[in-house]
Amino acid sequence: MKKVFIIILLALIGYFLVDTVYNIPFGENRIGSIESDHPTVAGYYLSNTVEKSRVANVITAIVVNYRGLDTLGEVTVLFLATTGIASILYRRKEEEEDVERLNLPSSMLIRTGARVLFPIIALLGIYVFIHGHLTPGGGFQGGTIVATGFLLMLISYKGFNTNHNIMAWIESIAGLSFILIGVWGLISDNTFLGNIPEVGKLNSLLSGGLIPIIYIAVGFKVAVELTGILDILLKIKPNK
Amino acid sequence: MIILVVFIVMALILIAAAIYSIMHRDLLFAVMGTGIVSLILSLFFYLLQAPDVALTEAAIGIALTTIIFIITIRNTSRDEDEIIDKENEKL
Repeated sequence: MKKVFIIILLALIGYFLVDTVYNIPFGENRIGSIESDHPTVAGYYLSNTVEKSRVANVITAIVVNYRGLDTLGEVTVLFLATTGIASILYRRKEEEEDVERLNLPSSMLIRTGARVLFPIIALLGIYVFIHGHLTPGGGFQGGTIVATGFLLMLISYKGFNTNHNIMAWIESIAGLSFILIGVWGLISDNTFLGNIPEVGKLNSLLSGGLIPIIYIAVGFKVAVELTGILDILLKIKPNK
Repeated sequence: MIILVVFIVMALILIAAAIYSIMHRDLLFAVMGTGIVSLILSLFFYLLQAPDVALTEAAIGIALTTIIFIITIRNTSRDEDEIIDKENEKL
């Protein structure tokens, strides 16, 4: 009886899944435009962003400008996650002495490779979040790439230590500058996180007004927070 | 035509890796399976013209999530049966 019920339930779920996917018109232009009879939000973004926000990458304009408050929320969520992990797992200086980060020392191949790759990875990450308004990517992606570079160093070198004081300062300044830029928009544009798009010319590094500055702040914040999480996680003593 | 074949092969590898990571008893291999899923998914996002999402998936899905899982496995036990045994002992 139970099995029959499960089969019926699975068949129902499968039917609705297939029905939904079957009715999606793949390959059709569903973005639309503002000139058509049924104007869409996506069409509005695509046709107005380049003129109004002066940003070449429309996705960045949506993430930082139109949906800026959501991005602030995302940054806050990441901050809270880091705070939670740090408050549960962080060890003080006295306890840290006997904590070995790795069971085995890493091989010379990994150490040499990490030393060569770390600056390149960090540079790529910084490039991604500085050029967030021109090329794909942005603060979150660039920050994560920088954090992966730090991860490589953390697992390769036992002596590689991150300074938590400096990291906390960078994080605070980045978070504060995001809010202050938002307040600046409130003063100049009457909306929180409002933009000043007239600065610079389109498709150059100095364009998009406040969007690149916000993304650089987000990039620093994400990089520092993820590096902190990884550092704390790698310092846990295995219970074996 | 050739892009369709590439898509189908990639989708098959993705599904195979997902099933592998669910079925395997050794958690380290299962984590590797999820890493392969993220890799193929990131290639899919790139081929479907979503480079932003592809970058995010590559950085977070392949590198960070996998590493955090591996750290967790290092601090607990590697084999699923061991964990179940330990839980039973506690009870």
